[in-house]
Amino acid sequence: MRFRDYLRSPLRRGDLSTGIICLLPSLAVIGVFVVFPIFFSLYLSFHKWAILTPEKPFVGLANYARMFSSPEFWECLGNTFLYTVGVVLPGAAASLGLALLLDRTAAGSGFFRTAFFLPTITSIIAIAVVWLWVYDDANGLANMLLRLVGLKPVRWLTSPKTSLLSLIIMTVWKNAGYHMVVFLAGLQAIPPSLHEAATIDGASPRQRFRYVTWPLLAPTTVFVLVTNTIFTFQVFGPIYVMTGGGPVRSTSVIVYYLYQRAFEFQEMGYASAVAWVIFLILIALTVLQMRLARKREQVW
Amino acid sequence: MSLGTGVRRTALYAALIILAAVFIGPFLWMLLASLKSTAQIFAFPPRFLPKPVIWRNYLRAWQVVPLARFYLNSILVSGVVAFSQVVTSAMAAYVFARLQFPARNLIFLIYLAVMMIPTQVTVIPLFIIVRRLGLVDTYGALILPFLAYPFGAFLLRQFFLTIPRELEDAALVDGCPRLRILVRIIAPLSRAAMVTLGMLAFMFTWNTFFWPLLVTNTSEHFTIQVGLAMLRTQLVSAGDADWSLLMSATVISIVPVLIFYLFAQKQIVRGITMTGLKG
Repeated sequence: MRFRDYLRSPLRRGDLSTGIICLLPSLAVIGVFVVFPIFFSLYLSFHKWAILTPEKPFVGLANYARMFSSPEFWECLGNTFLYTVGVVLPGAAASLGLALLLDRTAAGSGFFRTAFFLPTITSIIAIAVVWLWVYDDANGLANMLLRLVGLKPVRWLTSPKTSLLSLIIMTVWKNAGYHMVVFLAGLQAIPPSLHEAATIDGASPRQRFRYVTWPLLAPTTVFVLVTNTIFTFQVFGPIYVMTGGGPVRSTSVIVYYLYQRAFEFQEMGYASAVAWVIFLILIALTVLQMRLARKREQVW
Repeated sequence: MSLGTGVRRTALYAALIILAAVFIGPFLWMLLASLKSTAQIFAFPPRFLPKPVIWRNYLRAWQVVPLARFYLNSILVSGVVAFSQVVTSAMAAYVFARLQFPARNLIFLIYLAVMMIPTQVTVIPLFIIVRRLGLVDTYGALILPFLAYPFGAFLLRQFFLTIPRELEDAALVDGCPRLRILVRIIAPLSRAAMVTLGMLAFMFTWNTFFWPLLVTNTSEHFTIQVGLAMLRTQLVSAGDADWSLLMSATVISIVPVLIFYLFAQKQIVRGITMTGLKG
């Protein structure tokens, strides 16, 4: 339909005015607070600007060059990748394990589900404060249990060797219940008749998992891996609360680096360049995982 | 029941009980610390149970820390944001689902693209904008940028598309304006989806930390998350850590959420499985 014809029809004209009224509030908010900032952020990444000064000199790609030659940047990026892999893969396995256990449970499954879900509904900041106390070197629960079974205490958050691992353990614990719920929904969507047919054909429980559950669960697994990777890569809260990036930068992740550069050192241009690199990495990760998922589907 | 299934069932429940202990343990550890005196906290070797039980910690936390204020701020901000997102999303979703509108699909595509953008990319310019507007350390900074969000429009559009058009046709022929149709026919039919969206938006806003940390400076506008993080810095960075006060404040911050969860469990779980939005 041509635009003039569109305007001629009274019903359509009603649509136009209603459409403008209905979209205006959303478009105004999203335009000012999301779309404009994206471009502004790109613009800033080519400038040098300490927010308090009026000068904003154009520096070309200098911010990007400085970032790629900064060992600190690479260290933070490395920590972030380690943390993300450490959280996402074991996390998916843990969640699937919990879901399989609950799927098989008749009595009391409501209680157990609630127990596993407790960390999920609690805010990450409260969880971080609680685990700060769990990981306390002298008086924490973790070391108390280790001593109880005769093991040597561990310097969970105060040694650079264990600090990132400690954060990974906590994060897996915190998110396990969330993805468990997603996996449970996926499991329950598998028609029971398929399991029955496999059983009649003499498949063992392990074979049924390998050849019925696992392939049919693949879309759920991909969903969990993709969303959790994107989410985990942006970790900030627990780092801020528990370690401040330390000891000796062992837990300094990329968003924490961005935070420090922008809001402690006022390097708005440089930090914007970091933000754009984070953005591009996230897009690349998503595309990569989607590709992998498609390839696996073709194999089946 | 054969012996084999009996053994298997016992093993299953043993595993479940151990796992439940793993998930509940840290919460219990927090609760116990909140009831100990500082001397008990630092006793070595540490003792598991508080003896005597110091209930006064809670009174102290309530008096020393403006927890009520943090709570009020969080409820206000999350409530306004959630309500506004439901309204703006329903309006936008209706356009995308039903109206003939120039560039409708283009706008919808932009919506989808915007949804993929992580907060970190926009947070620096956003801060600069808010600072320019003189909104730092106000409710405006916490609320304004989130009054609308593409995710909600996307979610509700999917739902609106399942509503049969015939329900609106009669009203349209009678000359009923589109907006009234949205309010009188579509909205009541989509109550469940809108409640789910409102709850997700509320929980998401309640749990955000990065943005409120950037734009609030005084306890007058701290949300509960920022307040708790500040309290942690204040209490535990020095040598004389006041763990019992920090833990009682944390318990106070968690309990209402747990109570809310027990009532809304079904809807929350449905919301997660429906959308996979992260809290």
